[in-house]
Amino acid sequence: MSDTVTPRSRRARHAKSPLRSPGGPSRGGPAAGTAGRPASLWNDAWHDLRRRPLFIAAAVLIGVILLMAAVPQLFTSVDPYDATSCRLGDARQAPSAAHWFGTDNQGCDTLARTVYGARNSLLVGLSTTVVTVLVGGLLGLVAGFRGGLPDALLSRVTEIFFAIPSVLGALLILAVFRTGTVWTVMLALAVLAWPMTFRIMRAAVITAKGQDYVVAARALGASGRRLMFRHILPNAITSVIVVATVNLGVFIAAEAGLSFLGVGIQSPEISWGLMIADARPRFLEAASPLLFPAAFLSLTVLAFIMLGDAVRDALDPKLR
Amino acid sequence: MIRETPAELYERLVLGRYIIRRLLQAIPVLLGATLLIYAVVFALPGDPIASMYGEKRMDPDIVAIVREQYHLNDPFIVQYWYYISGVFQGNLGITFSNVPVSEIIAGKFQVTLNLAFTALVMEAVIGVGLGFYAALRRGRAQDTMILASTLVLISIPTLVTGFVLQLVLGVKLKQSTGIEVFPIAGVSDGWRSYLLPAFVLAGTSIAYLTRLTRTSLAEILRADYIRTAVAKGMPRRRVVGRHALRNALIPLVTYLGADLGTLMGGAVITETIFNLPGIGQELFRSVYERQQPVVVGIVTLLVLVYILANLIVDLLYAVLDPRIRYE
Repeated sequence: MSDTVTPRSRRARHAKSPLRSPGGPSRGGPAAGTAGRPASLWNDAWHDLRRRPLFIAAAVLIGVILLMAAVPQLFTSVDPYDATSCRLGDARQAPSAAHWFGTDNQGCDTLARTVYGARNSLLVGLSTTVVTVLVGGLLGLVAGFRGGLPDALLSRVTEIFFAIPSVLGALLILAVFRTGTVWTVMLALAVLAWPMTFRIMRAAVITAKGQDYVVAARALGASGRRLMFRHILPNAITSVIVVATVNLGVFIAAEAGLSFLGVGIQSPEISWGLMIADARPRFLEAASPLLFPAAFLSLTVLAFIMLGDAVRDALDPKLR
Repeated sequence: MIRETPAELYERLVLGRYIIRRLLQAIPVLLGATLLIYAVVFALPGDPIASMYGEKRMDPDIVAIVREQYHLNDPFIVQYWYYISGVFQGNLGITFSNVPVSEIIAGKFQVTLNLAFTALVMEAVIGVGLGFYAALRRGRAQDTMILASTLVLISIPTLVTGFVLQLVLGVKLKQSTGIEVFPIAGVSDGWRSYLLPAFVLAGTSIAYLTRLTRTSLAEILRADYIRTAVAKGMPRRRVVGRHALRNALIPLVTYLGADLGTLMGGAVITETIFNLPGIGQELFRSVYERQQPVVVGIVTLLVLVYILANLIVDLLYAVLDPRIRYE
């Protein structure tokens, strides 16, 4: 990202760095480590981030969860997608050496199911984030930069979306598809979430558009496209990235909620929300099949929200 | 009767004109949102008349009459037109079993409204209180602790807090004390039934509001006029209470106003966990029974709540900050 930064916009960012020293704790100067080279916002942020305990904790957590989603076999020898791995006779066992997290109502190993559940959660979270950032971000960039009729139209459209309650809206969209999969859940969430990214991007672009470095670049004869992608986007995208990181966690929680309600991911696929729904009827006798996926779900959401907080503090100390 | 001064009369006219303009501006939002929902509901699989008859064989003549009666043979946009012109006359339509939608929704709406309002009050009291305290202790241990707990509170989904609190406060507490402090299901215990679900529903919002209060107040405490007030020798209580808090309230009121709609629309998971017969559950059931009029009716009502709440927030601005005028 830092390669796309031009000297002109970099100078503008430097204006920010004096703000950093009084606000934030003095954990080394902003340009420490990149001596000789002017620090870009991203270099700067990275240096700041690496020293934040919040960021390190989030990164470690996310690393483990990603590993779980990519190679769940590392964490458990049981394959929960193999129906023969469950024994109805072993239903609702308390945690033991054989089943660390106990077993659920079907006698399946809760640990194995919880570990394998990470993949669908992350798939929904990541894909929804990518789609909302691309759609909302691009539309916001164009609307904010061009203004006029496209801006007015798009802004009215987002107003309409904001008025629709998101959980109920997602529930309706999913009901149209009959069967829920990772992709329909992603679609339902993205349809309702892109206006938020749009608004943030639009506001950031309008702010950036008036900055001196953009005016200067325009006076030097930069084309509209160059202004938009070289000068405005790299500065405007920071607030979108912060919100997108936090939203990733929110989408994961939303997926669990929709799957819990029975309109999200469907059995035999594994989802934490679905596991919670399955464990619910016998919850008071056997809490572990509900509490373990619930704990993993909370930790995953926590990790992304911590990451978002840390990135926001690093990118813009003024927002703190 | 006290005569109004010309200034007061002018003020009232301006306010009246502002409210009317805002309501007119809300019409496209209402139309757009209901049209979108109508389109989605229209696309729901399954035939409502067929699902009404169940397994019974249908008399084609009767089916034809019923379809005609509900305008089911008309194109989508014509059906929508029938619906929306009813809404503007205060009529939310009738279900396929001939019951007015408003009759079905009224009781459910009350439950969700109670739940959301209780949550909103908890949110305002706990969120503003904690944020206020944290802002005054900025940078100290109490502040750090409050910030850390908001992070945790934001991260735990309703789904999780719901079941955990139900288990701990509902079941275990009852087992150990013998008294049912927090009822865990249904609405048969009056306002007490709403305490636990409302807290669960408000959880994330409490944390956001705490953070917002803290940031907002901390920023204002650094303002010049606060320094002036302190320099004048004004007591700290008065500086914070009268000068800082009132100015910090604007973003908080905005957040609370927008949150009412979010709470009502997001209550479906909480309602499911605690078995509250609210609109979330009703919507869920209506989707599966193909009661399209009920589905659209519920969402239309929620859109109206959202629009009205935002209007009230805008009107409150002038109360909080007399510099704000309605043009």
